[in-house]
Amino acid sequence: MSDSSAAPTQYTGLKGWIEYRLPVFSFMDHELNHYPTPKNLNYWWNFGSLAGITLVVMILTGILLAMNYSGDTKLAFQSVERIMRDVNGGWLIRYIHMNGASMFFMVVYIHIFRGLYYGSYKPPRELLWMLGCVILLLMMATAFMGYVLPWGQMSFWGATVITNLFSALPLIGEDLVIWLWGGFSVDNPTLTRFFALHFLMPFMIVGVVVLHIVALHKHGSNNPLGIDIKSKKDSIPFHPYYTIKDLYGLGLFALVWAGFVFFSPNYLGHPDNYIMADPMVTPAHIVPEWYFLPFYAILRAVTFDIPLGLFTIDAKLGGVLAMFGAVGVLFVLPWLDRHPVRSASFRPIYRWAFWFFVLVCLGLGQTGALQPDEPFYFILLGMRIEFFGIHSVVFAQLFTVWYFFHFVALLPLLSKIERAKGLPKSISEPVLRPAGA
Amino acid sequence: MTDANTPSSNEPTRRDFLSLTAGAVGVAGVACAAVPLVGSLAPAADVLALANTEVDISKIAVGQSTTVMWRGKPVFIRHRSAEEIESAKADDAAEMRDPQTDAARAARPEWLVLVGQCTHLGCVPSGQKMSDNKGDYNGWFCPCHGSHYDASGRIRKGPAPLNLAVPPYKFVSDTKILIGQAA
Ligand code: HEM
Ligand code: FES
Repeated sequence: MSDSSAAPTQYTGLKGWIEYRLPVFSFMDHELNHYPTPKNLNYWWNFGSLAGITLVVMILTGILLAMNYSGDTKLAFQSVERIMRDVNGGWLIRYIHMNGASMFFMVVYIHIFRGLYYGSYKPPRELLWMLGCVILLLMMATAFMGYVLPWGQMSFWGATVITNLFSALPLIGEDLVIWLWGGFSVDNPTLTRFFALHFLMPFMIVGVVVLHIVALHKHGSNNPLGIDIKSKKDSIPFHPYYTIKDLYGLGLFALVWAGFVFFSPNYLGHPDNYIMADPMVTPAHIVPEWYFLPFYAILRAVTFDIPLGLFTIDAKLGGVLAMFGAVGVLFVLPWLDRHPVRSASFRPIYRWAFWFFVLVCLGLGQTGALQPDEPFYFILLGMRIEFFGIHSVVFAQLFTVWYFFHFVALLPLLSKIERAKGLPKSISEPVLRPAGA
Repeated sequence: MTDANTPSSNEPTRRDFLSLTAGAVGVAGVACAAVPLVGSLAPAADVLALANTEVDISKIAVGQSTTVMWRGKPVFIRHRSAEEIESAKADDAAEMRDPQTDAARAARPEWLVLVGQCTHLGCVPSGQKMSDNKGDYNGWFCPCHGSHYDASGRIRKGPAPLNLAVPPYKFVSDTKILIGQAA
């Protein structure tokens, strides 16, 4: 449309015929051309569209994989190897899908931290934020079940360890796990249902993404200043300004993804998963995929029973509760951080708290990768940094405490005491007269 | 607004009653329909039918173990030596997370039958082979998160909450046991 400021044009011809019966054209025009977007969005705002595109790529490659995959314990491993060797381009499709899961989490984690920094979860975007948390949970379930499908050693033992978590629940735990397995261990019935669910859940994600976008378009995007659009001067139409910026970001992102696919397709995986599942032999070191490591660290951090007067939460249940609590706390974040200022740019203390929290999450990831009784270390610029041989589980415990402290104590406290810097009067103001000038 | 013709808003009406009862019947109906659907995920008949395994134990020498598959998981069968039995019994009085006497775990003391799955998160503990790490209590050791089990398969150290499970089994003869059926 040449004149984007006019009301939806009269559509003519075939377009008009369709529009009269199904208002898709005015809908698209409204959501893209007339959707006012803050004009100051930075590159951290690219990650939402990247996540959406990744989801589409995952569904596309997934369907193609499913056409050659066999969800049966006797055939699964072989069928994936057949995809890799015999199916035309099968290796490419699988490597895109396999690394795509990592890319998906990378993009979504950045997207979430963006929201944390700029206060995008604050009113009126609480439901938008919570729908995002639902998407995260669905993604976790999808990726977990997908990882079981190739039926390698890590698939099998990862599934065993994670499904066994549910046995920690009091009273019903043991029966629940048998029901989840459809047997007495992770076996064929488990694999077949995981395949069915792995096929289904991405489409459930699509559904929640639609709601996520409906909620987004109701009040529009937040922005780096965290203040609302006040006049026409503050916004630009999404198309073409942000479509082009999103496409540019997509180009860079595709390069990273392709880099993994073509140059180091197994870098993020575990060699053990190229050994077929064997219920009699546990790999020496069971580690989940990198994107689950922080949660795995929290799970293993609870090594002690928690007495609660009348009853006791044993270490196993405690770990499970802490792990799910780590995601659960995100849901209630809008009610924990009630500071009126959204963007961390204007909250000097929260900005520090945020970056420290990022470090804690990275630390959790590292402890998740180490054995609990291994000394904690990390590699920075090729240097191995150790901490007097203190076991990684101790660090996992410290980080876990901070993770929850940040949300349930620090944020409510800062909401009360933190004095924000003066906010600009409008989005246009600092563009015309940069802050500090 | 209190008009004589309009019932006051907090007064339940016949329509409220109908909506509530219809809603309740609907919910109950959906719940009933869900029962067989949810039930279809439980172990099927063929899975249950494979739930017994017969094992010839005549070839297991004293001090040796074997691992067999039962219900898709490993079962440890250990022919214990006199010293092992003695140490297991001596430990009966020790402080334990999941207290149980050795006699309660091994019907015939020289045969210990255990589900070879760590009660923490289900890894297979090591200790079946002579050369394996048997942990601090000369039984089994789970490498996944470091659980130590003693010569009776009882949890002594580490995150696992319970002793290694003793599956239901019975001696069919002196050289054969049937795992999956209690004596
Ligand atoms: C939310 C989007 C999705 C995520 C995060 C995801 C994740 C994964 C992961 C981590 C694997 C294991 C890769 C490997 O190690 O080989 C996998 C495998 C698989 N996925 Fe997906 N997936 C998604 C969508 C789908 C969809 C929509 C389908 C089918 C319609 C599908 C079909 C498959 C199949 C058949 C495999 C087994 C083949 C293989 O392991 O390479 N996936 N998925
Ligand atoms: S599974 Fe054995 S210690 Fe965790």
